[in-house]
Amino acid sequence: MYSFDMIRRAVGKTLGFVGYTIQYGCIAHCAFEYIGELVTCSGPSMQPTITNYDVVFSERLSRHFYRIEKGDIVIAKSPSDPKMNICKRVIGLEGDKVCTSSPSDIFKTHTYVPKGHVWLEGDNLKNSTDSRSYGPVPYALIRGRVCFKLWPLEKCGSLQESPNGRILRDD
Amino acid sequence: MQGSPKNPEQKIIKRVIALEGDIIKTMGYKNRYVKVPDGHFWVEGDHHGCSFDSNNFGPVSLGLVHARASHIIWPLNRWQKIEPALPMDRRPLSDWRDGSTADKDD
Repeated sequence: MYSFDMIRRAVGKTLGFVGYTIQYGCIAHCAFEYIGELVTCSGPSMQPTITNYDVVFSERLSRHFYRIEKGDIVIAKSPSDPKMNICKRVIGLEGDKVCTSSPSDIFKTHTYVPKGHVWLEGDNLKNSTDSRSYGPVPYALIRGRVCFKLWPLEKCGSLQESPNGRILRDD
Repeated sequence: MQGSPKNPEQKIIKRVIALEGDIIKTMGYKNRYVKVPDGHFWVEGDHHGCSFDSNNFGPVSLGLVHARASHIIWPLNRWQKIEPALPMDRRPLSDWRDGSTADKDD
């Protein structure tokens, strides 16, 4: 037989627990939405920079403050399937000239990235579906910028620059 | 309601006219007929003459959708539920979804 006191204490503790869960849930949600998140990458399109099952940290602040730059690796929503995410490198920002032909082509073709869009390419050019197939990607689809790799531990640290000479810089 | 493809800071509110796979006749777009690609949709403003919509910037990626406009709450004399309705002259040419009427709201 339970006394009224015991029931009152149990209900109080449960409500307290629920309250803490909601508080931490809200803080976690805000952190993931506005600060950064951990992402497990799959697929060969960013080799050798990022390989299958690598875990990276992607920060959201650059995207919200429009500080994504050429050469950054970004996580974006896939333009052809909004439920999937893609991890590619930014080759050109709006107004930049990008090369649409492959390195093996004899005649090089170029295009300019339209306003409000970015040109994304994977580091593994031979095995990557990117802007070369689906065109420039709207900036608003970008979720975050990958700033460092957390797993595997022996490759932990910041990510290397683009191994291909695809970024056209006018220095 | 969706992020604008031309200006990432701006949100625009338009009606969804066609979904992926539909073929529609455009009004003032570079191609007369467009098949909406996978993962995209076609949006138009209700005031066709002066609307900056898919007839200007083409099909929009579904990932840019922010929310669906369900009600008008201000001014109070225009309070109403926004019903999904597709104008008769803007129906897609191919309706391959069995039995469904391709009318949606955004």
